[in-house]
Amino acid sequence: MATANRTQAGVDHYVPAKQSLWKRFWSRSNERVGYLFILPSLIHLIIFVIIPLVFSLYLSFTDWRGPNFQNAPFVGLDNYEFLLGDRRYWNAMRNTAWYTILSVPGGMIASLIVALVMNQKLRGVYIFRTLFFMPVISSWVAVSVIWITLLDPNAGILNYVLRQFGIPPVNWLGDPATAMPSIVLISIWKGLGFQMVIWLAGLQAIPQELHEAAAIDGATRLQSFLRITLPLLAPTTFFLAVTGVIGSFQVFSPVYVITQGGPRGSTEVVVYNIYQRAFEVFDMGYAAAQAWVLFGVIFLATLVQLWYRRRQGEEVLF
Amino acid sequence: MVRSHNPFELPLKIIGYIILILVTFMMVIPFVWMVSTSLRPQSTAFTYPPQLIPTEITFASYELLFTRVPFGRYFINTLVVTVFTVLGQLVITSLAAYGFARLKFMGRDLLFVLYLATMMIPYQVTLIPLFLIVFGLGWINTYQGLIIPGISSVFGIFLLRQSFLGVPSDYQDAARIDGANEFTIYWRIFLPLNGPALATLAVFAFMGTWTDLLWPLLVARTPEMRTLELGLAYFNASATAFRQTNWPLVMAAAVVVMLPVLVIYFFAQRYFIQGIALSGVKS
Repeated sequence: MATANRTQAGVDHYVPAKQSLWKRFWSRSNERVGYLFILPSLIHLIIFVIIPLVFSLYLSFTDWRGPNFQNAPFVGLDNYEFLLGDRRYWNAMRNTAWYTILSVPGGMIASLIVALVMNQKLRGVYIFRTLFFMPVISSWVAVSVIWITLLDPNAGILNYVLRQFGIPPVNWLGDPATAMPSIVLISIWKGLGFQMVIWLAGLQAIPQELHEAAAIDGATRLQSFLRITLPLLAPTTFFLAVTGVIGSFQVFSPVYVITQGGPRGSTEVVVYNIYQRAFEVFDMGYAAAQAWVLFGVIFLATLVQLWYRRRQGEEVLF
Repeated sequence: MVRSHNPFELPLKIIGYIILILVTFMMVIPFVWMVSTSLRPQSTAFTYPPQLIPTEITFASYELLFTRVPFGRYFINTLVVTVFTVLGQLVITSLAAYGFARLKFMGRDLLFVLYLATMMIPYQVTLIPLFLIVFGLGWINTYQGLIIPGISSVFGIFLLRQSFLGVPSDYQDAARIDGANEFTIYWRIFLPLNGPALATLAVFAFMGTWTDLLWPLLVARTPEMRTLELGLAYFNASATAFRQTNWPLVMAAAVVVMLPVLVIYFFAQRYFIQGIALSGVKS
């Protein structure tokens, strides 16, 4: 019973101040239980997240080559300096930005249109939802190999369909001009169901009365959409844009499976570049520096999101 | 209802259905193509015009897949890695979630903020040192190397904590008065009451592990340790390298990789979509 009383009566003032911090803490059996519960996850977090994080920063200041713990001279900011002039890295950055610019708005618009239709309470909507969600849960590698065959210049379905409309065959994945847009197309296809579900959640939060009131006032559907739906969807729009940018900057699997960065470096993206540097030529110190620069870009996007959520009056981390 | 008097209602509905059907075609045809190609004999794989429905059906590619290529082994590897990762995540994250949601201890909230802050770190940053640590532990090309880095997840802790916070504190208090210790309360009350959240997490962990490419790519060094996803990636790469892609075989492999996920999806769809929507609203 004593413990029960103690927890209820503001713990901090109960224990005499003379006792050491350790004793104070250990004497509360209730607290020890708390630590026991989180201990496994804490150990895991320290070994597989915190230590790697610190280690990674250190690595980026060394010339660490090869997976063995040998011969890793501290080089200060050399890696970062080299990175500034590394044309391959900036080419990858530019390609990643290109991928982001195409895929984020493209995916958002396509999925919004589908979500608006789905929100019309049509019959059998959930069947469509089930089908549209299939690519989301599918594996990137499987999706990639399917699309490699669909986009095949000779025997692929897409070129066959285009030919019916008199459009000459396109070498989708083999031409530097169309390779990245093709990967964007596949990404939009794969992510449509996810974005649609998020849009739908946003749309369903808008009170129906607003549209009805607008209709009584003589507003057209388009006006109602532009003046009511879009402004009220702003948080959803913002969320999808920011997470889309963060995700796009981390794109790897489709590039690895479909194009390996080709043709002529046109689909080489940042993470693929880091992967090659670290695990194909084992230039790990430099690759770590590349990863930190990428982190900087992603962190900016995260900060923008936190700022926005705070402005919305939400309670955020810090 | 004001809207039902709208003269544009019917045409709009028709346009809606037309859009949905068009999108359905775009979404479904690649899957139909995958299955139909996998059932085709090698000789008719490149027919022109492309046939969506094969005229001749054979399971030869599947047979080949399990006899000539060790896809059976890949399947078992993936199963082992996924089962242990999912179980590990369920145990470790639910314990931590109970601690963070329902127990008081010094530094709890600060620690939780630290946990959440790690969610902002993109995995590329920790990937290289993580690989070096696993290498240092001698876990390259082992199951523990594939499993252990994935057995906890801050997202999972966050998800379960939210759910645990919703359990009325009366339950906890009543059990305490009856002399139950915290572990019993966690095990007998909180786990059974939070089935849907646990299912959502399990589905998430399953999906993430089953379809992961990058980590197995780094850890699995020999063909015997490959997962399905990695096996398919290598298989595709080697098939195209020799410029004689055996499409039916590659597609059969894709079917084998995807089928378990799709089957579970159709049965536990609710948890997939719930989980995705939740991660969207809250992350």
